[in-house]
Amino acid sequence: MKRTKLLTLLAVLALVVAACGGGDGDDETTTTDGGGATTTTGDSTEPTEPPSGGNAGEGGDLILQQWQPATLLNPFLSGGTKELLASSLVLEPLAEYDPAGELVPALAAEIPTADNGGISEDFTSVTWTLQEGLLWSDGTPVTANDVVFTYEYCIGSSDCTQSSFFSGIASVEAVDDLTAQINFESPQPFPYNAFVTYQSPILQAAQFADCMGEAAVTCTEQNEFPIGTGPFKVDEFRTNDTAVYSFNENYRGAADGMPFFGSVTIVGGGDAEASARAVLQTDEADYGWNLQVLPDVLAPMEAEGNGVLLGAFASNVERLMVNQTDPDPELGDQRSEPGTEHPFLTDPAVYQALSLAIDRQAINDVAYGDFAGRPTCNVWPADTATAAASTNNDDCLTQDIAAANALLDEAGYEDTDGDGIRETPDGEPLFILYSTSTNNVRQLTQDIVKANWAEIGVDSELKNVDAGVFFGGDSSSPDTYQAFYADIEMYTNGSGSPDAGTYMGNWTCDQVVSPSENFGGSNIARWCREEYDAKYAELQAATDPEERKALSIELNDMTIQGGAMIPITWRASVSAFGNDIQGVGDLNGWDSEYWNIESWTRSE
Amino acid sequence: MGRYIIRRTLVAIPTLIAISFVIFLILDLAPGDPTAQLPLTIPPDVRERLRESLGFNDPMLIRWLKWLQQMMINEPLNMVEQIFGITIGESGSRTRILSWASRAPVVDTIIERLPQTMWVLGLAFIFGIIIAIPVGVISAYKQYSAFDNVGTFVSMVGYSVPTFFTGLLAIVIFSVLLGWFPSFYSTTHVVDWTSWGSIWIQIKQMIMPVAVLSLFNAAALSRFTRSAVLDNLNEEYVRTARSKGLGENRVIFRHVMRNSMIPVVTLIALQIPGIFAGAIITEEIFRVNGLGQYLIRSIQGADVPAVQTLTFIFAALTVFFNLVADITYGILDPRIRYD
Repeated sequence: MKRTKLLTLLAVLALVVAACGGGDGDDETTTTDGGGATTTTGDSTEPTEPPSGGNAGEGGDLILQQWQPATLLNPFLSGGTKELLASSLVLEPLAEYDPAGELVPALAAEIPTADNGGISEDFTSVTWTLQEGLLWSDGTPVTANDVVFTYEYCIGSSDCTQSSFFSGIASVEAVDDLTAQINFESPQPFPYNAFVTYQSPILQAAQFADCMGEAAVTCTEQNEFPIGTGPFKVDEFRTNDTAVYSFNENYRGAADGMPFFGSVTIVGGGDAEASARAVLQTDEADYGWNLQVLPDVLAPMEAEGNGVLLGAFASNVERLMVNQTDPDPELGDQRSEPGTEHPFLTDPAVYQALSLAIDRQAINDVAYGDFAGRPTCNVWPADTATAAASTNNDDCLTQDIAAANALLDEAGYEDTDGDGIRETPDGEPLFILYSTSTNNVRQLTQDIVKANWAEIGVDSELKNVDAGVFFGGDSSSPDTYQAFYADIEMYTNGSGSPDAGTYMGNWTCDQVVSPSENFGGSNIARWCREEYDAKYAELQAATDPEERKALSIELNDMTIQGGAMIPITWRASVSAFGNDIQGVGDLNGWDSEYWNIESWTRSE
Repeated sequence: MGRYIIRRTLVAIPTLIAISFVIFLILDLAPGDPTAQLPLTIPPDVRERLRESLGFNDPMLIRWLKWLQQMMINEPLNMVEQIFGITIGESGSRTRILSWASRAPVVDTIIERLPQTMWVLGLAFIFGIIIAIPVGVISAYKQYSAFDNVGTFVSMVGYSVPTFFTGLLAIVIFSVLLGWFPSFYSTTHVVDWTSWGSIWIQIKQMIMPVAVLSLFNAAALSRFTRSAVLDNLNEEYVRTARSKGLGENRVIFRHVMRNSMIPVVTLIALQIPGIFAGAIITEEIFRVNGLGQYLIRSIQGADVPAVQTLTFIFAALTVFFNLVADITYGILDPRIRYD
């Protein structure tokens, strides 16, 4: 009797396991065939005939690897690049940036400028005109109401992560069906913020109508299956896992045979190395994103010849932030408060010497490789339409221990007790607590920098904190990068736009971070100069591109020569493409890497 | 036995509530911020607003009580509604546990991921048992023979070598060098049971993770089975059975096995909750996006509701299977009586 009971138990277990395993029959992947069939997704009130001719969507499947998979497809509820990328296949903005940082129209007919009347004379409003005949993927027409709705959707919800794109806007109105006008609260010479780039695309008003305000986060159906104007539409979405798209017959380029591919699958999970392997070695994927892999692992993979690595250099710079305040624990509450002064890091001799001593080329060779990084001495490293990279600081590119030692000697930092470490004239040793996030590449960099500094008599202690804590905003944690309870900390930051106007505001006096105000503000180094604020105000009022470029150079030089930070590497985003993928061009570091996916083809 | 089961079930309820409280407490004390993974271009005031709206700054007791209500009442009601297609009360306004990262209901995501976890880990578990028990029995019966020595060696290797090493080795050999199997698991592949090609695709993508995990599971279980059988082989009743004239087969399969299986079955029952937690490392390496990978990503992204719900479910399964193990033990061994 007992044996039969035991057998029954085991049999039941086996049945349960088998039943659960085979039950995923409801999820079907649909594939569309050619451009002839009409399909309806969601509610379509007036389905129109898809454009005839062309052979859009006959190119088969494209497999994209994002080792950090998307959690949802609504860019307004998440700011992570992985989500922005995945949604950019479906949702499009009015204008986007090309790899050179130039603004090109997407849904708009043209870029509004002062010359063509798109920007009003007093710079308080900008008018965008939509292209004619644009359709959502469900066949309904795109109107200016959708533009107005997107603005109200983000402003009305406290969960909208992209609300800074709409700051300074007084109102957005639909002048007619195809024209939307944005009115600013004060004159904005550079008004290309709202509805530009994959961070603020246009949402369909009809689909998201019930998702305003608090309801935004509960609209799971809309957040995972948004209706858009892009070359593809969402068929299947599994959060943090996979997204499957098929081509959108109502796409405006369908008549010209775009997109080539009939379906796209974004596969997620694993790590960067596994992604690189899938593209470059096992040929299981056509594209791999964000391959943060050490060069001595990645280069041999590329050498096998199955694919190419492309790097997009935008504005991301790995830099050392120099604490202008005193992080001494003995100050208690006053640690790292603006108002205290660092014992030695504010002295030009010290920060210049520290910068000269760093062997940036060695760091680049070991940690990044030529395709993923370039040594730099500027916080604004790129040449774009309205900003330029300064050449005034490039002496730091060559490591010069002798000159660094000479600077410190002249300034009076002697090693009085013979322990190999210099002291300030007051007798305090030059000891630096050097903190960063836990990351292979960063720890390698730290090792090199520590060794470099030891050669000029500066002692350092290396500290690393888990990235989730370091970059988190927990105001009770002493390890966040905002708290800056260290002398120097290292991380990467960059501009969201090829224009330096917003980015350089990170070093103005009103952005100085203060622990007593719960660390709000972006001026992490607590660096404040009146001349900088004045120059920044000039940049905000400048309308001529050449003037903006000159001002961006000046502002950059002020921060570097003023010792707010020591840049180390200009970092690129590295992606791998299979050899048979054509039509990609340069990798886009300023906008979605899928910005021209409708032009990608597969060679035979 | 009936009273025992009822008593244990009643005790389980406050146990689970206490477990959920401890989980909440630990997560509340842990550092971590759901907005940490957002790019630095998002200004701090926007992040603060996000944290407010997620309820991150609410006091722990309030969050715990809200979660209890959602987990114990709302979610089961929702599940009943979905299974039977009925509506109970005001289902529209019932709040569900939403993930902070994906804004989707956590329970839905768990159910979405259950198939791949069950496929890969459930099968690995079953294969582990199928391999381990015969190997253990034979090793014990022919103690110190060549089979036993080889079996011991393989078990030791299988248990000591970590799965992330064997996994990577398998990928390098079979995916990169030989190109036989895919290195990542496609969760969107739907098995068409009438098509041999479709079944073969599913088998191909499962072979490596299942093999790696079965080796690991089998190693531990075979050692345990071997020692359980060894204990019994030296008992008096075996000598009595043999001297009665019973054939070896009957002695082994009818008498020795039954007694040896008691501790082994108990161990197996206790390991079942482990399937659901998923072999986290193996899931990461083979890109099987199951429950283990979901737990890891949620922890890294400080997605507290997902972590709480998942760990609570694992805890509940452990409590349940503890009870199952105890009951099985009572069924198998007539000497055990619980009342």
